[in-house]
Amino acid sequence: MGDTTNGHGANGGTKKKETIDVESVTIRFAGDSGDGMQLTGDRFTTASAIAGNDLRTFPDYPAEIRAPIGTLAGVSAFQINFSSADVHTPGDVLDVLVAMNPAALKANIADLKRGGVLIANTDNFTEKNFQKADIESNPLEDEVLKNKYQIFEVPITSLTRNGLAELDLQSNLADRCKNFFALGLMFWMYSRPMEPTIEWISQKFASRTEVIAANTRALEAGYYYGENAELMANQYKVHEATYPEGKYRNISGNVAVAYGFIAATKKMGLKLFWGAYPITPASDVLHELSKHKNFGVYTFQAEDEIAAASSALGASYAGALGMTCSSGPGIALKSEAIGLAVMTELPLIILNVQRAGPSTGLPTKTEQADLMMAMYGRNSESPLPIVAASTPSDCYEAAIEACRIAVKYMTPVMLLTDGYLANGSEPWKLPSFSDIPEMKAEHHTDPKTFIPYGRDAETLARPWAIPGTPDLQHRIGGIEKEDGTGNVNYDPENHEFMVRKRAEKIARIANDISPAAVHGQESGKVLVVGWGGTYGAIAAAIEALQARGASVSHVHLRHLNPFPANLEEVMRKFDKVLVPELNLGQLVKLIRAEFVIDAIGCNKVQGKPFKVSELITKIEELL
Amino acid sequence: MTTKAKSNGVGLQLSRKDFQSDQTVRWCPGCGDYSILAGVQKVLPELDLPKEKFVFVGGIGCAARFPYYMNTYGFHTIHGRAPAFATGVKVTQPDLSVWVISGDGDALSIGGNHLIHAMRRNIGIKILLFNNRIYGLTKGQYSPTSLVGTKTKSTPVGSIDYPIHPISLAVGAECSFIARTVDRDQKHMGEVLAAAARHEGTAFVEILQNCIVFNDGAWQQYTEKGIKEQNVLYLEDGKPLVFGPDDDRKGVRLHDFKAEVVSADDKDLTAHRENDEEGAYVHMLSRLEADGGPLPLGIFRNIERPPYEAMLHAQVDAAVSKGEGDVDELLATGDTWYHDN
Repeated sequence: MGDTTNGHGANGGTKKKETIDVESVTIRFAGDSGDGMQLTGDRFTTASAIAGNDLRTFPDYPAEIRAPIGTLAGVSAFQINFSSADVHTPGDVLDVLVAMNPAALKANIADLKRGGVLIANTDNFTEKNFQKADIESNPLEDEVLKNKYQIFEVPITSLTRNGLAELDLQSNLADRCKNFFALGLMFWMYSRPMEPTIEWISQKFASRTEVIAANTRALEAGYYYGENAELMANQYKVHEATYPEGKYRNISGNVAVAYGFIAATKKMGLKLFWGAYPITPASDVLHELSKHKNFGVYTFQAEDEIAAASSALGASYAGALGMTCSSGPGIALKSEAIGLAVMTELPLIILNVQRAGPSTGLPTKTEQADLMMAMYGRNSESPLPIVAASTPSDCYEAAIEACRIAVKYMTPVMLLTDGYLANGSEPWKLPSFSDIPEMKAEHHTDPKTFIPYGRDAETLARPWAIPGTPDLQHRIGGIEKEDGTGNVNYDPENHEFMVRKRAEKIARIANDISPAAVHGQESGKVLVVGWGGTYGAIAAAIEALQARGASVSHVHLRHLNPFPANLEEVMRKFDKVLVPELNLGQLVKLIRAEFVIDAIGCNKVQGKPFKVSELITKIEELL
Repeated sequence: MTTKAKSNGVGLQLSRKDFQSDQTVRWCPGCGDYSILAGVQKVLPELDLPKEKFVFVGGIGCAARFPYYMNTYGFHTIHGRAPAFATGVKVTQPDLSVWVISGDGDALSIGGNHLIHAMRRNIGIKILLFNNRIYGLTKGQYSPTSLVGTKTKSTPVGSIDYPIHPISLAVGAECSFIARTVDRDQKHMGEVLAAAARHEGTAFVEILQNCIVFNDGAWQQYTEKGIKEQNVLYLEDGKPLVFGPDDDRKGVRLHDFKAEVVSADDKDLTAHRENDEEGAYVHMLSRLEADGGPLPLGIFRNIERPPYEAMLHAQVDAAVSKGEGDVDELLATGDTWYHDN
């Protein structure tokens, strides 16, 4: 960010093509939602990961599956930041923008840095497409633009057609390969080998030889175009990053969270029941889990969100670890069933892959505005633990932690991720299953010691007695429980006792979670307290400022309810506490209410993650 | 497949009393629910299953308190959601005998969606719908089965929405076992419940139940001696559709897409067939009284179809049999690389 070794300098125009080393690059592929930009981005990501770069990605696509071609509403983009140094975010500004049509250019050009590379598919820069994108004249002929950026006009569609001419394909099939041409061109520009992608193409389209040939040719055509065309002077190389030795893969948050649930239930020897209803951006977790039935995973696509939650609670009652998943609007519908889980004190996992709201909001865009719903979005006093993931791969650890708490404390647990974590990806050093600490799940069997609402002295958890167990027949439900027996009870004192007991059970979890860890000095001027998917942007901002000697430290919260026991003590050692959130100030309210600390908010609600620069500016104001 | 009821192997001798819980039953005196509770408690010992294998799940409403009174596993859930909750129970432990107890408001209004989807999936649960054509627990508002013009607290000049026909709904939702009985007829109820209990797949039983406080006598034309004989048709598999007192026997025949009430001696009487896979006949039957005929009691449909949980477990078992999952292998799927500096 702002580092002179980043990105590209102006090219010198020499005949011999040079390879220039750069530290980190941010590319955005942008086109129509039907242009295959997400797939192009995924393949570039894999190639960069295999090349040993550190990286972060940010897929950004519209809510409509196929908005009218060529319009701004239909623009789909995929951004990747890859580097030979550590990276924490997909990048604030673009070094390269690949624009497949005028709408993609218009929607994204503001993010391209001065002097950056714009590659435009000139075949689509037609009068008709200018109209669709609401552009008056050809932006590629605009003098301001020409002076500001290095523009490469590439007729990608016709070059792809030419490259595939011998294959004698229908032109619509040939045109569908143009994203591979663009990918090939980027592979050349960043010195990436094509072989892994060619292999992937042949596996992906296994029996369709025509498609394999077409995509492979298009990829090669793009690559050789870069090599031979006069207009592109230089190749760039981003060297391997230094990060810990080991076996890696690239992972997105939605896949990581699914793996975490599988690993946790396997560790505890429990069946995994997944009750879900399709919703963006959470559906991929259902898709992922439904592939892994060999782990004893039972996925149930319910008729609605309410049934998804209710069936999961039924599964937990019967001895599985019931889980349900949605995004904001669906979580709202599940509230009553979650309240029943609070009352009946059964384990239940509720995953909320947050998106921008309220109501339907911006379904494909990210936000962190469901924290208060997680805390208070149920009738009456209905506390539950809240766990949040901070990066795509961290979703794995967060899922395991949520399961641990749910089973140990016999409680529903809300796990918060968001659209940015769900779809974004990063390299992940593969953990080992044996690294997961022992986690026990016990179904009660002894009738002599069975009291339905008898509690463990330390955790206050009640026994998990499941149907089918001889002589433990008992009746529970949503009506207030008598302490101990769990029988229906309307006594006022008993009610208050039980309300306080349920709250105390959740509060005690504070003694059983990792304390808040400070990145940086333990005291100083500013402490930035974050949670969830803002981790990368905050970490990058803090590192940049610390490198300049600024007195700023960072705490990122895994647990939002209860807070770690040391949080207040940690915060009081700083002059100021800043809480950046992609909402209008929710964690900041909880901190102010809980600790009466005058924490300051830093808020953004554009459906987009923080830029590192935005955070740096805000923190600098406080220093 | 769901395992059929099996003895626990220790010469199980259970009686009605074994299924009575220690909780005081709190329905209004004279409520039809008492006789249904008794009917269920009488049937369970016949099923040769130990007590711990039964789970009763209620929604919200008077009927939904039922689980508290059974000495089995019981769960009182939230309004309308009992079939969804029970689905999770049954999928997790298919060998349990899972019963949903619901009312006309719980099952057909707030929980309508869960009811139809449980039935179309053929989840192996028993759903008992206590239909009294009124909201009792909220003190007397009209329900989705109330007749047009029903005057209640919320409809002082008469309800104006058309009622739902629960049996027709079950037909439309592809339910594999559909039956109707009444609270006042212990013998008939016992037979229907026993058949429902043994059915694999969703068993839906509408029980005409009297709310003595808010809708007394709603079904009396089908329950009062001397009147009911004219109005009730008892379904018997393979036998012609006949009804009426001994001195005035009548029959039903299908003609020109209509059910016609004719003399019991008519040569073209329609014979009842429980296992008819097609929908037209059973749908006609489900609307018989609404179209001016007698009210059928008994088993409307009883067809074999693999239950959802059996098919789901078959998929999981098939996957496991090819090799149980290994987490380390799972994490390393897809493109991986080894990084050394």
